[in-house]
Amino acid sequence: MEKVLRTHKINKYFYDPVKFQVLKEIDLSVNKGEFLSLVGKSGCGKSTLMYILSTMDTDYDGDLEIAGQRLTGKNQNELAAFRNEHIGFVFQFHYLLPEFTVLQNVMIPALKLKKYSREEIESRAYEKLKILGVHEQARKQSAKLSGGQQQRVAIARALINDPIIIMGDEPTGNLDSYNTQLVFDIFRELTHVYKQTIIAVTHDGEFASKSDKVVEMSDGMIVNTREKNVALPTS
Amino acid sequence: MKLTFDIAKTHLFSRPKQTLVAMMGVTFGIGMFIAMVSLMTGLNDMTESLAMTSSPDIRIYHDITQDRTSIVEELNPRGINFVHHPKPKNETQKVRNAFKIAEIIRRDPTVRGVSPQLTSQVFYNYGPVQLGGTIAGVDIIEEDRLFGLKAKMKAGRIENLIQDPNGIIMGTGLARKLKAQTGDRVVITTPQGFTTTLKIVGLFQMGIGAIDNIKSYASISTVQHILQKEKAYITDINIKLHDFHLAKELAPQYQKQFRYKAEDWEVANATMLLGVIIRNILTYSVSITLLIVAGFGIYNILNMTIINKMKDIAILKAMGFSGGDVKQIFVIQSLAIGLAGSVLGLVIGFGLSSLIAQAPFNGGDILSIEHLPVNFKLKYYLIGIVFGVTTTALAGYMPSRKASHVDPIEILRG
Ligand SMILES: Nc1ncnc2c1ncn2[C@@H]1O[C@H](COP(=O)(O)OP(=O)(O)O)[C@@H](O)[C@H]1O
Ligand SMILES: [Mg+2]
Repeated sequence: MEKVLRTHKINKYFYDPVKFQVLKEIDLSVNKGEFLSLVGKSGCGKSTLMYILSTMDTDYDGDLEIAGQRLTGKNQNELAAFRNEHIGFVFQFHYLLPEFTVLQNVMIPALKLKKYSREEIESRAYEKLKILGVHEQARKQSAKLSGGQQQRVAIARALINDPIIIMGDEPTGNLDSYNTQLVFDIFRELTHVYKQTIIAVTHDGEFASKSDKVVEMSDGMIVNTREKNVALPTS
Repeated sequence: MKLTFDIAKTHLFSRPKQTLVAMMGVTFGIGMFIAMVSLMTGLNDMTESLAMTSSPDIRIYHDITQDRTSIVEELNPRGINFVHHPKPKNETQKVRNAFKIAEIIRRDPTVRGVSPQLTSQVFYNYGPVQLGGTIAGVDIIEEDRLFGLKAKMKAGRIENLIQDPNGIIMGTGLARKLKAQTGDRVVITTPQGFTTTLKIVGLFQMGIGAIDNIKSYASISTVQHILQKEKAYITDINIKLHDFHLAKELAPQYQKQFRYKAEDWEVANATMLLGVIIRNILTYSVSITLLIVAGFGIYNILNMTIINKMKDIAILKAMGFSGGDVKQIFVIQSLAIGLAGSVLGLVIGFGLSSLIAQAPFNGGDILSIEHLPVNFKLKYYLIGIVFGVTTTALAGYMPSRKASHVDPIEILRG
C-alpha cells in the first residue's frame, strides 16, 4: 500500500507554564486513499499533532514525511509552498475570507500556486463547488452563507490544488447533525471515488466509526489503531 | 504579486471609511506642504530677485572700520601690547585709482558691468519738508547695464542725467514723500553743510521701499561737486557678473588684488538670506510634522486592520502564503493609501496655491506687489509625492512586518 504520510518518533514539549511533553513517540502512517479519524479526549494532543502534520508547527523532535518528501528541517518558505501545493486544510470554524466571494475564496490557493490560468482556475473552482453542492452560491459574499455551506466551501477550497492529503481539525465540530452527515459523505466520496487521503480529528463517535481507520490518542500517545475492512459495505 | 495586490485591494475597498481617513491624513499633510512651500519659495525667490536686481554682485569699497595695527604693534611686534580705546583715524573713504581698477575688472569676461560711483548721506528739502536719504553719483549708462534702470523708470529718461549737469533721478517713494514731481527743484544738504539745488529729471522704482524711499541718482561730477571732492573721488565700485554664483569666489580675489574690501552679495544681504533660511525651516518643519501625524494615523489604522485580520492572516498562511506574501499584502495597502493620498494632496495643494496667488496683497512701502508671489514648480510636487509615499511606506512597514510574523497556530487554536 502506498504511504502518503509517515511520522517517526515525534515528540513535542510545551514549556509554558511548566515543561510538559504533549506528544510522545508518535509513529503514524497513512495510506493513499485512506480516510483516517483521529480521536481522543479533549487535551490529549490531537490538535497539536495536526499542526505538526500540516507543517505549520516546526517545533518538534522526530521526522515527518509526506509523499516521500522529508519535511522536517525545511524552512518556512519551503513549507508554505509545500502546503500550498500538497495540503488542504479544513478548520473547525469554517474560516473563509469574509470580504471575498465564495468563488474567490476557493480560487485563492490556486492563484497562489499559478499552475493554471485564471480562467482555468475559475472553472476548476466552480467544479469543486459543484462536487460540494454549493455552486449556486459561487457569486455570493462568503460571509452571507450558513455555517454548513461555509464549511463545504472550505472543503472545496482545500481541494482546489488537488492536494495529496486533506487535514481537518474537527471539521464537523461546529455543524448540526445534518451537515455533519453531509461532510462525512463528502469525505468518504472523496476518498473512495477520487482516491483522496483525509486525516480528520473528530469527537463524533459515529463519524469516526464510519471511517477507514481510527487512531486513538491518550495523553500524547497513540494508544489504539483500528482498521476497518475497506471491502465491507460502508453505509 | 498580482494576487497579493488583489487581496490588498479587496481589503482596502471592503472598509472604505478607514481607508479614506488614512488617506485624508496624507492628503492634508501633502496639501499643506505644497501650499506652504509654494508661497514660501515664492517669497524667497521674490526677495532674492529683488535684492539681486538692486544690489551689486560684488561691491568694492574702502572699509575704514576695519581694524588696523597700531603704531606700538608695528614697533614691537612680538611683545604684548595694550592699546586702550583707539580712535578711528581720519581716513577718507576714497578708493584710489577707482577708474583704473574698474577698467581692469571690466576686461574679465565673466563680468557684465562695472560701475564706479560715490555715495553720500544727504538731506532733501522741498518746501517745508526735509528728509534724510542718500545720493549716488554714477555713470548712468553703466548703472543701467548693471541694474536695468531703463526698465524701472517711472518718469523721464536716464539720458536726461547726462544732458543736465544739475539733474537728479529720484526714487518714486522719496519723491512722493517730498511731494515733488519731475521738473521740481529740490535742495540738497550734505553732512558737511554744503547746500545745492538740483532738478528732478526722472523717477525710478526698483520695487523695494528701502531703496525707492531714500535714493537718488546724479552724475559723478555733480555729486563730487556737492561733496566738494576732487575729480578722482570714488567711494564704491559696483560689479555685476553674468553668473552671480561666481561672486563668492571672485570677491576675495579682488580684495587681494586691489587691497580694498570686496563684499559679495551674500554677505551684503545676509539678513535677507537669513529670512530665506527661516522660511525654509518653517515650511519643512510644519510639513514634516503634519506628515508624521499622518504617518501615525496610517500606522494605527494598519495596526488595527491587522489585529482585525489575524484570522485571515492565519488562514492565508495555512493555505501556503509565506510571511513575505502576507507582508506584501499590507505594504501594498499602505503604499496605495500613501500614493492616493499624496496625489490628492498635490491636487489640493495646487488648488490652495492658486487661491493664494490670486489673493490681493499690499506690499506697502517695502514691496511694490499686488498679489502674493507663489511658485508653481514641478520640483516641489515631486518632493511632495516622494515625501508622502516614503512616510506611508515607513509607517506601514512595521505593522506589515508584524503581520508577516503572525503564528497561524496561535490564532487557529482559538
Ligand atoms: N501553546 C501552548 N502552550 C502550552 N500548552 C499548550 C499549548 N497549546 C496546547 N497546550 C496544551 O497541550 C495539550 C494538548 O492540547 P491540544 O493539542 O489542543 O489538545 P486536543 O486538540 O486533543 O484537545 C493540552 O493540555 C493543552 O492545554
Ligand atoms: Mg483540539
